[in-house]
Amino acid sequence: MNFEPFIMPFNIGLYFILAYCVVRCVVWFRGLSRSDKLRLQRGFFGRPFMQSISEIINESLLHRRIFKVNPVLGYMHMSLAFGWFLLILFGTIEADYFGAHHLNPPSRAIFFRFFNPDHGEAGFARAFGFMMDLILAFILSGLLLAISKRFRPKTMGMRKTTKHTLVDRIALTSLWLIFPSRLMAESLTCGAHNSGSFLTGTLGHAMASVMPAAEIAPVFWWLYSLSLGTFFVLLPVSRYFHIPVELFLIFMRNSGIRTGDKASSFTEVQLHACSSCGICISTCQMSKSAGINNIQSAYLVKGLRSGSDVSDITKNCLMCGRCEEVCPVGIELGPLRMIQRRGGEKQYEKIPVIQQYHLKRKNVSTEKEVTHSYSYLKNTTPVKADVLFFAGCMTHLTPSIIQSMKKIFDEAGVNYHFMDESGGVCCGRPLMLAGRDKEARELINHNSDIIWKSGAKMLVTPCPICYKVFNESYYLDVEVLHHTQFIDMLIEEGSLRPGFMNRSVVYHDPCELGRGSGIYTEPRNVIGYIADLQSVDEEAEKSLCCGGSLANFSLSSDKRRNIAADAIQILTKDNPTAVVTACPLCKKTFSSVSETKVTDIAELVAMALPHAKPAALTTVTKNKNVTVSASNS
Amino acid sequence: MSQVSQQKFGFGINKSRLINYDKGDRRVRQYITDREPTFKLCFSCGACTAGCTAGAHATVNMRRVNVYIRRGELEPIREEVTRCMMCGKCLLTCPRGVNTRTVMALAAEAMKKLDRNEL
Repeated sequence: MNFEPFIMPFNIGLYFILAYCVVRCVVWFRGLSRSDKLRLQRGFFGRPFMQSISEIINESLLHRRIFKVNPVLGYMHMSLAFGWFLLILFGTIEADYFGAHHLNPPSRAIFFRFFNPDHGEAGFARAFGFMMDLILAFILSGLLLAISKRFRPKTMGMRKTTKHTLVDRIALTSLWLIFPSRLMAESLTCGAHNSGSFLTGTLGHAMASVMPAAEIAPVFWWLYSLSLGTFFVLLPVSRYFHIPVELFLIFMRNSGIRTGDKASSFTEVQLHACSSCGICISTCQMSKSAGINNIQSAYLVKGLRSGSDVSDITKNCLMCGRCEEVCPVGIELGPLRMIQRRGGEKQYEKIPVIQQYHLKRKNVSTEKEVTHSYSYLKNTTPVKADVLFFAGCMTHLTPSIIQSMKKIFDEAGVNYHFMDESGGVCCGRPLMLAGRDKEARELINHNSDIIWKSGAKMLVTPCPICYKVFNESYYLDVEVLHHTQFIDMLIEEGSLRPGFMNRSVVYHDPCELGRGSGIYTEPRNVIGYIADLQSVDEEAEKSLCCGGSLANFSLSSDKRRNIAADAIQILTKDNPTAVVTACPLCKKTFSSVSETKVTDIAELVAMALPHAKPAALTTVTKNKNVTVSASNS
Repeated sequence: MSQVSQQKFGFGINKSRLINYDKGDRRVRQYITDREPTFKLCFSCGACTAGCTAGAHATVNMRRVNVYIRRGELEPIREEVTRCMMCGKCLLTCPRGVNTRTVMALAAEAMKKLDRNEL
């Protein structure tokens, strides 16, 4: 085998990136906690392995999740990823089968046409050559789409594409150059040797007739090798590092490793697995309605990777979870942002490109300073009850929800106690969203104390924000129910009999209830008993945020209104008589911008209840105990 | 002596009502307005204070805090700013669109920094 100098850039790049990836994965693996290491080992040699393999085929190669977002965008990603994979796979087979030797070095397969210019004369070889051309055409079609997407993102259903750094741009250019230069190089060689299939052959003949193909071909072989080499060398510091890292991430995730609340090597892996595809930017309501285009998850990840100041990006987010829902890589974007919020003030230092190759990053984790204190809270003597009703701060601003809930409790004859009727304490969720877990713990302990001492078996809250924190961060011996679940339970067991009102309504899924806590069916069941529930364009997992979110600490009120107005426009497209929601904050935010009536699910139920019963009856039912139903559910 | 001379004109100045702008410490105000410019919109209506969750348990008077910060009198509100629960009720009641709880959080932060001489 005679040595050809032009394969050197490719060889250097390839062996560098292979070695780098292996070492980097080992470093990441060693950085995992002991239990996560065990998880990954078990995951790798167990059932999750097959799961990971199928996810790699579906997501890393075929990009099914992107197809769901937009078919053209999906095709673009698939043609590049799957096409390139096929080109490498069949190229290797071709080189192995038709080449001079078996088990060739990778360069033999990549530059197969250079070493075998006369290949593909007849029979099987001809068919194989045809297929290789077809795959190349497949990739080139995707490349054309990718280039047009850069300039006209709207054609792919994207409103915005990600703004890239200089390194990303160079890597992008070299990636774009790889396939056209391969086409040119192969065509010219084929033209000179009178071989090649429908694409390279035809193009080659055409070019050979006007120029000296044999002399120009080496230029393009050099370009092909150089662009491959550049791409590989820049891979670890560009966004394209997601290609190898995503595979590692899929194995980690399927083994059961989760982000948790501290930065770890898993969060590092997630940061590098982001492809900056920009789907999160297109989905973000802050971008769509409020015109804020620099705080989306892609930029958070990008900022964290390069060590730039992300403190403003971190705070300015509704935490609605829409980006996490559509992320094609499945990165836990919410928890990643929360980790940043929990950290205190940091000195941000931009990491120079060359240092971004470093295997071990300095992980500066600072603790947030405790600035608040709630030592003024006094212990109260709790009232014994079976069911506790915790309205929460937001519900106190919408008294009609409280009135409706009282009516529902009375109607169903539930022995309840209104926990925060005369001034309760915040549930702690807003403080947690601010990253002040220590301070939130003080409030949580205060509330837990009241709940424990009340001896209640059930805690009902109409606020999804409170519901989430009660469910996830309190250590309670009670069943925590959102009022939609509670009302659904009452109707199911027959203690509540709302009548059917013949009117069409739409339901808005609050972020903290739907994506946050996974409650989608109960509210729809309840509405189904009472009214005619219409479907809307973006619902359930795709539901919009009302814009009132307590998670954002810097959004101005008029931008919040814009978000709410855009959301309500989508919700009321089919002119429903009412927009039903299950969150006092959503109700309040929407009410100020909506012409259609916005009502809480509890109000709807209370309205549908038969009119007030005779006084004597009510007192009897009031004493009825709900303990049985509590244990049933 | 001055008291007597003022009484001659038919009015007197009660010491607790005296605002000395020369002695005011504006560092906290500056810290807040730099980071949350909506602070300037507040016209002290008190809607935030009326509904305050923390205010039901202790003295947390957002309106008063805002006024004192603007005057630069920080001692009377030192404790108060640390009591906010960040529940966001004030955010919804504010007629001027001030990012109220962020202002409170920034005030608490600024006080800590003031103690460490970092402002």
